[in-house]
Amino acid sequence: MSTLVDATARRTTPLPRRSRLTAAKRRQYGAAYALVLPFFLIFLAMVIVPLVFAGYLSLYRKRLIGGISFAGAENYIKALTDSLFLSGVGRMAIFLVIQVPFMIAFALFFALALDSGMMKLARFSRLSIFVPYAVPGVVATLMWGYLYGPDFGPFAQIGKALGSGPPPFLTATGMLFSIMNIVNWSFIGYNMIILYAALRSLPSELYEAARVDGASEVRIAWSIKIPAVRPALLLTVIFSVIGTFQLFTEPKLMATLAPNVIGTAWSPNLYAYNVAFVNQDANYAAALAFLLGIVIMIVSYIVQLSTQRKEGR
Amino acid sequence: MTTAGPVTSTAVQAELDQPAEPGRNRARQRTSWLLTIFVLICVGYFLLPLFWLVVASTKSNADLFSTFGLWFANLNLFENIRAVLTFQDGVFINWAINSGIYAIVSAVGASFLCTAAGYGFAKYQFPGKTALFAITLGAIMIPSAALTVPTYLLFARAGLTDTYFAIILPSLATPFGVFLMRVYAADAVDDALIEAARVDGVGELRIFFTVALRLLLPGSVTVLLFSLVATWNNYFLPLIMLNSSEKFPLTVGLALWQSTASAGSGSQALFSIVITGSLLAIIPLVVAFLFLQRYWQSGLATGGVKA
Repeated sequence: MSTLVDATARRTTPLPRRSRLTAAKRRQYGAAYALVLPFFLIFLAMVIVPLVFAGYLSLYRKRLIGGISFAGAENYIKALTDSLFLSGVGRMAIFLVIQVPFMIAFALFFALALDSGMMKLARFSRLSIFVPYAVPGVVATLMWGYLYGPDFGPFAQIGKALGSGPPPFLTATGMLFSIMNIVNWSFIGYNMIILYAALRSLPSELYEAARVDGASEVRIAWSIKIPAVRPALLLTVIFSVIGTFQLFTEPKLMATLAPNVIGTAWSPNLYAYNVAFVNQDANYAAALAFLLGIVIMIVSYIVQLSTQRKEGR
Repeated sequence: MTTAGPVTSTAVQAELDQPAEPGRNRARQRTSWLLTIFVLICVGYFLLPLFWLVVASTKSNADLFSTFGLWFANLNLFENIRAVLTFQDGVFINWAINSGIYAIVSAVGASFLCTAAGYGFAKYQFPGKTALFAITLGAIMIPSAALTVPTYLLFARAGLTDTYFAIILPSLATPFGVFLMRVYAADAVDDALIEAARVDGVGELRIFFTVALRLLLPGSVTVLLFSLVATWNNYFLPLIMLNSSEKFPLTVGLALWQSTASAGSGSQALFSIVITGSLLAIIPLVVAFLFLQRYWQSGLATGGVKA
């Protein structure tokens, strides 16, 4: 192929250089598209098309009498006044405000502790904290569900032995914290690894001088290391925000242990699922999924903006 | 700001080995016992449910209720395992194979697509590049679970639900992987190396397959692990896509058993089957984790630092 191009280039004497260049460039464009397009075709089919289709569905309604008809913004107006949906979004907002800072703070603390070189058994600790990430949400919820449970949960057994009742893990207020605990358990290690990796890639010259000057490790961590890993910190916060609003597996499985507490709309995703599969209302479910996606994007955008402002100081 | 400067394969290897070694000058620090003890108490919290799972898996169903949860009773592990593997005509084995197929095919596919696209973005100038990459970055923010119901609605219309494709195809689209591989490829493959191959008359795609791919491998493995875990652990997507239980992955199957056990119907032995099944379900990934964990760190360092 390339010899053929060379031969034609030599024969057309007027502008040999330019035609060779464009041929090379064309080859490079072709290669670039061949590399990038397979991903984009899948991306188009699995992300863009479903979104467009859901957007289309969300504008229609299905009635038992009269069939499918155009509804305009009706589904969205319904969702924005639907107390089940709104209470789910509100619950996730509370969840976010309490759980995400707690998780990130602990992840950062562990990452700094491991990075400080002041720990024994650092490798063992790192693996132990990270390993829950390998456990599927289903199994994590099963395990914690049994641990919380009044039947053979060890906490209930201890409570019984001490004469008090089982701890209120599965009550209406307890459930929020019980599920926060499952999420923390699963993801603190994951966030820790991201932050630890960022800390490890900092050049040590960055804080060697401070150390020579006698700065404490706590001071070095606070004034040098944490500001230096801010991009990684932002990444973990954004991923956590996205993850929180999508909560599904944990409430879905906890519902089998405490059906009255969880109900059908504990989280917006659980609600969309129930609307789609129990109520069989695809049009309304599509609108809910869309709104949920918009809420998540707005919140992650706000998080990004607020951190940018801090960086601007 | 990554530590990768020169980009020979040994440099990449050295970067990978680095986390396993004690820190460059961190070993000099004095040990803080207070810190160590506090972190180890926390480690206890992380290991507690797993310890409980192991203990509970060794107990008969009767012992589960009658003995203390966090210590061993009579060893019933092998009977439990046999019960898990033979319950409902051995459907558990079927689920495990499905989980393996879904996870491996999705992970290998996603990793390859992301590696190719990431390399394309990092090393080529082409019309539409900026727009395509902006779309990819924007898509990282699209919540996958908010996308699941729309994907289901589309697949239901196309008649693709309850097939293996219904799980694998959506798992292939991972924009974050493309982002990660672009950042990784920018450092890992030297432009001079590509130029040298071009001068030698090697075709563009052959450069990718024979020269670049080997250098990109550590980054690809990170993406592979990400999507392996994501697919193996996924519950929402298979739950809504699949109807026939012989196509279920472990997550959906175990959740089904658990709801039967909690509802009180079915046989009494179901609790110990669910618990032992859960233990068997997490062993492959936990083992893979412990052996491959250095890849997490090196790959995430790239993504986290440059994000």
